[in-house]
Amino acid sequence: MAAFAAASVVLLVAGKDPIATYERIFDRAFFAPGALTSTLVTATPLLLTGLAAAAAFRMRLWNIGGEGQLYLGAVGASGTGIALHDQTGPILITGMILGGLLAGAAWAIVPGLLKAYFNTNEIISTLMLNYVAGLLLLYLIFDSQSYWRDLSSFSARQFPQGKVLADAASWPTFNFEIAIVPLGFGLGIAAAIGLWALYRSTVFGFQVRVLGDSASAARYAGIKTRRIVVVMMALSGALAGIGGASQVGDFRHVLDPRGLQQAGLGYSGIVVAALARYNPFAVPVVAVLIGGLANAGYSLQGPDFPAGLVGVLQGMILFFALGGELLLRYRFTLGSRGSLPVGAQPAGAARQ
Amino acid sequence: MRSITKRFPGVLANDSVDFEAQKGEVHALLGENGAGKSTLASILTGLYRPDAGEIAIDGRTVEFRSPKDAREAGVSMVHQHFRLAASLTVSDNIVLGQHDAGWLRTSPRIIDSKVEELAKRYRMPVDPRARIWQLSVGEQQRVEILKALYRGARILILDEPTSLLTPQEADDLFETLRRMTAEGRTVIFVSHKLDELMAVADRVTVLRGGRSIGTVLTRETSPSQLARMMVGREVVFAQTKQIHDLAGAAVVLELRGVSAAGDLGIHALDGVSFSVRAGEIVGVAGVSGNGQRQLAEVISGARPRTAGDVLLAGSRLRSGDPEDAILKGIAHVPEDRMHTGVSPSLSIADNLILKSHRRPPISFQGILRHGSIRTNARDMIARFSVAAPGPDTPTRLLSGGNVQKVVLARELSSRPVVIVAANPTRGLDVGATEGVRALLIEAASKGVGILLISEDLDEILLLADRIAVIYNGRIVGLVPRAEADIQQIGLMMAGSSG
Repeated sequence: MAAFAAASVVLLVAGKDPIATYERIFDRAFFAPGALTSTLVTATPLLLTGLAAAAAFRMRLWNIGGEGQLYLGAVGASGTGIALHDQTGPILITGMILGGLLAGAAWAIVPGLLKAYFNTNEIISTLMLNYVAGLLLLYLIFDSQSYWRDLSSFSARQFPQGKVLADAASWPTFNFEIAIVPLGFGLGIAAAIGLWALYRSTVFGFQVRVLGDSASAARYAGIKTRRIVVVMMALSGALAGIGGASQVGDFRHVLDPRGLQQAGLGYSGIVVAALARYNPFAVPVVAVLIGGLANAGYSLQGPDFPAGLVGVLQGMILFFALGGELLLRYRFTLGSRGSLPVGAQPAGAARQ
Repeated sequence: MRSITKRFPGVLANDSVDFEAQKGEVHALLGENGAGKSTLASILTGLYRPDAGEIAIDGRTVEFRSPKDAREAGVSMVHQHFRLAASLTVSDNIVLGQHDAGWLRTSPRIIDSKVEELAKRYRMPVDPRARIWQLSVGEQQRVEILKALYRGARILILDEPTSLLTPQEADDLFETLRRMTAEGRTVIFVSHKLDELMAVADRVTVLRGGRSIGTVLTRETSPSQLARMMVGREVVFAQTKQIHDLAGAAVVLELRGVSAAGDLGIHALDGVSFSVRAGEIVGVAGVSGNGQRQLAEVISGARPRTAGDVLLAGSRLRSGDPEDAILKGIAHVPEDRMHTGVSPSLSIADNLILKSHRRPPISFQGILRHGSIRTNARDMIARFSVAAPGPDTPTRLLSGGNVQKVVLARELSSRPVVIVAANPTRGLDVGATEGVRALLIEAASKGVGILLISEDLDEILLLADRIAVIYNGRIVGLVPRAEADIQQIGLMMAGSSG
């Protein structure tokens, strides 16, 4: 609410009617014909990279490498897509999903192993690998005659681009009355449910929760912490990798280095995960909200509404959402500091 | 302090408490956990503001808006849980938060020598250049006291100061306190240990249920009278374990020349050998930081050993493999119950399956069975009378005594062969302490071998069949309780004989 109130001030200063602007934002994000569909399109990669970040962050494994893992996912998926181009749709698409998943997981396992066995700081190693992955993308399309590059025509040789995938490699969509849902979004929802079930109902998930809460308690309980770090890193990378696969399969149908790098989807996933407080079920909600906000932004800007103002609005809403989160926590800490040393003891006495 | 009242949501922590300490006296504040001692102390140090009542120092009414105000008025507190920055040096910690240093840092060497001088004056040897994490708990406490003195505290509040000290260390502390009072400083000594209050305090104020029950001169009272005032009824003192002849019982735990490295890579354990028989409690006495933590960790597998063998009922435990130790039947009540003994944010139910979650009936082929987990939790909560709103309550919300009950419930129900208990009653009040000890005695009577590592010598003298003294990573003495001489044990703990 504070976000909208404060943004109103900015709008008024800029000479716009705030109420009308907000109506327009919500309309363009969710209610206009086709708006929800395009919101879901924007939300799909955010959902997957958000889950990737949430899975790792939940156990205080700071995988900042969603970006690079997503690139690798795109490389893996387009590679398998090209290799299996004469297969039927289902095989082709399953292959692409697996290709993206495995490539993303493999990319993430490297910092995972370094963290588990050499106690390397995963923030640095994953971040560095993002740049390596970015350069790898450029190399594959611009600086080499790789398998991914289209060399079939003269113009393609002059203006480098990836091989366009066969039509059968386009992922299916599901048409509900209110919106068309891409396959990637469906995979994301399935992954969210899977992640929740993993935490709730498996021995492994239990161990992840213990390790995320207290590393010394985990060691004390005989939990193999190294294995968990490696597996969770791979899982996180796999989710980001599916995000990359979905970029290729759902939307771009070609390995597009510049497009992927401009989108910064891996980094946005970190924001999504933080806003969702690492809760797998909150991630889809946040992803859709942010996706809607982004879409509304595109349609708002025009002759009467400068792009800069759109950016300011989006920035403010995000800032206040994050700031509100911080304030909530701050109040919480203050309260517990006020009552802990004493509150804990009278309570103890009452109980004993 | 006059008619201090402080309310917290749901609790009246202090109810019109009057409290008065004179210049140059050691004034003890006695009460069970939850009696309101800490609240009163926190109000006096400006951490909380009272809802009603006033504080006067040297006859002048003062109002503390923050701990800084209190500090400037000369009131300092040494908390039970130290507030030191672990990665900084002793000197750094002592000057931390002092703003009179100006913009530039005072030369570390000057501070070091000041600290050294202060330490010498009050006989609290500590290396000013050592980093906090390298120090034992006892040494850390000295740093806290030095910090207060460095800041020129005239009124020093000590919260449970001896809970971590050996008899000699405690005597040294009392000597330090006497030096301080002789200089006209006032010491407020918060404790629930009667004997030490009788030894050190001039007067005692007893709190119960947030009210002040009365103030008495120590030379005109007795421990039993104080105990009555404290709990409001007669208390049965200190249960003790019957000594049995265990010569014929089977050896369940044996250590042969065990060595291990400490956190700094230096030798923390050096050729430790001893054995524990079924039904026996072997107490390991020693000053904090002489290898006790490493001993417990080596046996429970949390720390790899560099030499020697640990045999459990004759079978060799794998070095540095906690899972192996758990499966073979070692239960461990760790020293740091809040972060090692339990996973604090997880529920009680989850913490009760911390070690059994891999096996049926709790899980089957990698899938947790929520039904069994709940049944298990309700069962344990009832059997060990854990006071908690329900099995889903996060464990960190429980009091120390109840957290320890959760740990014990889990460890004892695993049908262990050997229990390694490290300071199992530290920080618990009288009732909870008795409860924990009763559980250990009961386990021993069922044939479990118990290694009781405790820095509370009284506890060891009450419970142990045999007493091992650890000093500098070695077992320097091993005597049956019947032959134990407290003076001699104290000397061995200090490394001066044996």
